[in-house]
Amino acid sequence: MSAIQVAEQKLLDLKTSTGFWLYLMTDVILFASLFATYAVLHTASANGPTSREIFELPIALTETIILLTSSFTCGLALLALKQEKLRQLVIWLGITYVLGIAFLTIELTEFSNLIQAGHGWQTSAFLSAFFTLVGTHGLHIFIGLLWLLIMVVVLIKRGFTPKLKRQLGLFALFWHFLDLVWIFIFTVVYLMGVIPS
Amino acid sequence: MTKRSDDYTRTLTKYVIGFLASLALTMVAYVLVSGRLLTGDTLLLVIGGLALVQMIVQLFFFLHLADESRPRLRLVSFGFMASILVIIVAGSLWIMYHLNYNMMGQSPTEKDNYMTSQKDKGF
Repeated sequence: MSAIQVAEQKLLDLKTSTGFWLYLMTDVILFASLFATYAVLHTASANGPTSREIFELPIALTETIILLTSSFTCGLALLALKQEKLRQLVIWLGITYVLGIAFLTIELTEFSNLIQAGHGWQTSAFLSAFFTLVGTHGLHIFIGLLWLLIMVVVLIKRGFTPKLKRQLGLFALFWHFLDLVWIFIFTVVYLMGVIPS
Repeated sequence: MTKRSDDYTRTLTKYVIGFLASLALTMVAYVLVSGRLLTGDTLLLVIGGLALVQMIVQLFFFLHLADESRPRLRLVSFGFMASILVIIVAGSLWIMYHLNYNMMGQSPTEKDNYMTSQKDKGF
């Protein structure tokens, strides 16, 4: 590549990552509204169960550690990308993917257990707010995993392209950001939810 | 080449530090709650504070917010977002807490008593 092409590529990288960052900031506002809703409604359990009766801390801790580790392996994947080590990159992305699937499985199991016990989102304002907040985060994780899967397939088929490199950088931002949101779900929903008043 | 490998080591160190620090902060918050080492408002403040510290750790070590070159568009947009966030969350809680005759956070019996006492006053 000529010097001009390199400079153009760099500018494009900067533009897209700045735009993606702005999207993430607006996504935080979405989560802020859901957090505010949950904070207002968390005691409105009607005749249903309260947060102290249904939350299991060890499960939430497991989810936290899994997501944190996948955020870390995603960072390591980004490092392998910068060094253009294809094998390492695919391995780290694979681990990130498996951890993401594990997280989603645990979360959906928790949801289905709650629903089967008769504690679905129709039960009370508290449970509606809970399912909306945690479910929206789960939906983000699901979309992220889909995106990751597509990128890995393209990566194996075509190798490194400037476009794919850029997208992997954006994905890493997205994934770290979802981990950050989960820290607050873990603290505000699960930890604060089981503290006896 | 040495500059590149220096860069590599520095970024790797950052990820490892960020990971270990986040893990430690999570475990401290978990043990404080599950072991009932603190109670009431102190506990709420402490675990809220631990979450904020972990946010800053991840912003620096995972999202590399400090390494951005000028103009710091990410930092500026983050600051703007944070101010909106505080208005939404603190504002909602403030308003809702004072609304509905201050009913939030009360048990059904307390609500009944409160409503009855308000009714006796003739609203």
